[in-house]
Amino acid sequence: MSEPFEPRTDPDVDLRVPADRRELTARPATVLATIAAGGVLGALGRAGLQHAAPHTPTGFPWATFGINVSGCLLIGVLMATLGHLGGGHPLIRPFLGVGLLGGFTTFSTYAVDVQQALVAGAPGVALAYLAATVLGALVAVGLGDAVTTGLLRRGTAAR
Amino acid sequence: MSVLLIALGAAVGAPLRYLTDRAVQSRHDSAFPWGTLTVNVVGSLLLGVLVGAPVGPAASALLGTGFCGALTTYSTFSYETLRLTRGGHRLLALANVVGSVAAGLAAAAAGYALARALAG
Repeated sequence: MSEPFEPRTDPDVDLRVPADRRELTARPATVLATIAAGGVLGALGRAGLQHAAPHTPTGFPWATFGINVSGCLLIGVLMATLGHLGGGHPLIRPFLGVGLLGGFTTFSTYAVDVQQALVAGAPGVALAYLAATVLGALVAVGLGDAVTTGLLRRGTAAR
Repeated sequence: MSVLLIALGAAVGAPLRYLTDRAVQSRHDSAFPWGTLTVNVVGSLLLGVLVGAPVGPAASALLGTGFCGALTTYSTFSYETLRLTRGGHRLLALANVVGSVAAGLAAAAAGYALARALAG
């Protein structure tokens, strides 16, 4: 890996990163199948958690909240690790970042659950869920990135 | 059965997010993540329609939990916001958060209202 991995804005695909621009044309079937496989695993994990902890229309969607916040923590950890490794194996980001974490976390369920809480006459729950997810997700991704970067730097310095 | 349907929906939704992101990002030069905003808004609209219709458990598993769930993403959205902030694009980061949440919510409400109106 000779290309600089940073700065990368988009973990799905950042077209300013040369390796990202090339990855689909080089072997489209492999990349798309890898993303699909990760996406299936992530979606099944999400469905399992939502099934285990269902919520009423006026209740706080704890399962989806936990899924989105933990997924954001993990994307921070993943991207910091890949940045440290200079990108890592070319299929790691498609599998774990685009597929697994992208399929695990969900924006549509978040938006619809907020809207459904409003429809059900629970504006307080809707607002609390809306704000808690956004704040939780941003704190989690920042924390995942910062802690991982710090640990990896310390590990490198100690060697 | 629903496990297979969720898997099938996600197997299409996740790669479609990647392809949409690529297609949208190749059409502009700004640092703003229009690609992720696009998939998140479209997925929220479609899930709003599915909830408003409402569809049966099989279609809900395939198109809702599987397809819309995997098409949309919170992890990419939050990471892009973090990167915009770190890159000094604080206004773009704020616009991404407010814009994504507002547009996603509006799309979900529009899809829901549309489906309810059509379903009578």
